[in-house]
Amino acid sequence: MRSHFQAAVMVAAFGMAALLLACSRENRILRQPPPADQTINTVQVSGLNPGANSIPTPPPSNLYQESAYAVSEGQKLYEQYNCVGCHAHGGGGIGPPLMDNNWIYGGEAGNVFTTIMQGRPNGMPSFRNRIPEYQAWEIAAYVRSMAGLLPKGVSPNRPDHMRVKPAESSTPPQSMTGITGSPEQHQ
Amino acid sequence: MIVALHLLAQAMPLDPGRFHILHPGAPQGSHIEWLYWVIFWICFAVYVLMILGFARAGAKSKSDAIYPLPVFEDEEGDQRAKWAVGTAVGITVATLFVVLVLSVVTGKKAAGLNSKNPVTIQVIGHQWWWEIVYPNSQADQTITTANEIHVPVNTPVVVLTNSSDVIHSFWVPSITGKRDLLPGYSSAFWFTVEQPGVYRGQCAEFCGFQHAHMGFSVIAQPVDDFQAWQQQQLKPASDPTNDHAKRGREVFLTHACLMCHTIRGTDAGSRMGPDLTHLASRNMIAAETLPNTPGALAGWILDPQRIKPGAEMSPNSLSPDDLQALLAYLQILQ
Repeated sequence: MRSHFQAAVMVAAFGMAALLLACSRENRILRQPPPADQTINTVQVSGLNPGANSIPTPPPSNLYQESAYAVSEGQKLYEQYNCVGCHAHGGGGIGPPLMDNNWIYGGEAGNVFTTIMQGRPNGMPSFRNRIPEYQAWEIAAYVRSMAGLLPKGVSPNRPDHMRVKPAESSTPPQSMTGITGSPEQHQ
Repeated sequence: MIVALHLLAQAMPLDPGRFHILHPGAPQGSHIEWLYWVIFWICFAVYVLMILGFARAGAKSKSDAIYPLPVFEDEEGDQRAKWAVGTAVGITVATLFVVLVLSVVTGKKAAGLNSKNPVTIQVIGHQWWWEIVYPNSQADQTITTANEIHVPVNTPVVVLTNSSDVIHSFWVPSITGKRDLLPGYSSAFWFTVEQPGVYRGQCAEFCGFQHAHMGFSVIAQPVDDFQAWQQQQLKPASDPTNDHAKRGREVFLTHACLMCHTIRGTDAGSRMGPDLTHLASRNMIAAETLPNTPGALAGWILDPQRIKPGAEMSPNSLSPDDLQALLAYLQILQ
């Protein structure tokens, strides 16, 4: 009896150890590629396209993952580079709000990136050559997270300011019937 | 031979300064050193007595057997054992109590300083550098610098601490004990330095990836030298006089530098990174990681992530001409 128990413990321990092998940390790129490799020149400068079949060039896709790390870095940079000065913490002010899902220039990561890099009429400055490209992607990831466009897993866990949705911890658990309470009921 | 030694001495890196609790340069450091030696000798005496006791017991023992432990069946033996254990516990408690009292007394001595006309310094911890502010009620009399704290000798210095991100700890072993810098919480402590010199400091609370490269130095100077330094630091940045340095300033103001750094007297006014108004007057850069030489500065500007991976500063691609111009400009920021 005792040897059976011991064998079971051993099997469980080996099983756990094997499971550990499956764990791998999210890869954080601390040393970004040298700026010479940047794709900055591929950013389209004008919306006008020559030729009869003018298909607009799609905005560049995000070279960096929209990971939790990128979002929290983006959140930090968003404050440091004074995006808050015009957009507040997503609610807008001088600039348009970023926490809703209305996008003047598109809500894809590449659109937001292009907006940051090229600037937009009526006030949005261009940050081209001011901030490295990877930081613009991180800010774009954060901006998209404010509008709730990123998967739940990568939203920064503790935003310090206004947010569109209540934090996961204050969201009521899903009931057996699949009906969830609305956030308003719980505030 | 002498020439070789001389050359070697010149080739040596900059003296990082005193960094040892047993070589104090301040009265508080001396108190801590005294406490260190008292506790050392108490522990040493306890150790010697223990070894002697074991040796004596071993010599007296008639058998090699360790178990079973002696059981005192007679009343007298039981009493003696109780006395022996009681005495040992009593001596241990008394010794620990003495050490506790000495620690409290030393802490009190180190904290209680005469504070007439102190110099007030604000130290704000950042990942991974130190912002140093000499506050003044007049904004134009306020000095902001980084990583190098100049203090006058024999003058009480009040340090107001804070942190911008995580918990750091201010520690200059040759001057005084550690003091944690807590984000969002101001605290104050004081010290006085008696001997002029450079004292190396280090962050003493693990604060992230580059914790080990978060050094600073306290430069204690005679009062006249300190005031001269203060006057120099109060000036706005020097204007470049030649075209090369003028181009360097343009490079600074049109690249990523101005997103984070301040150079007073120019358009660069961001407070995210160290104030560079008088960069050339500092001995070291990158929180005491590199000597402040043009070569080290160039390496740091181009690829700080190779030197301090994870640091806030991003890599910068500059053409060789722009880089040389920028270095020429930074050199004149005395």
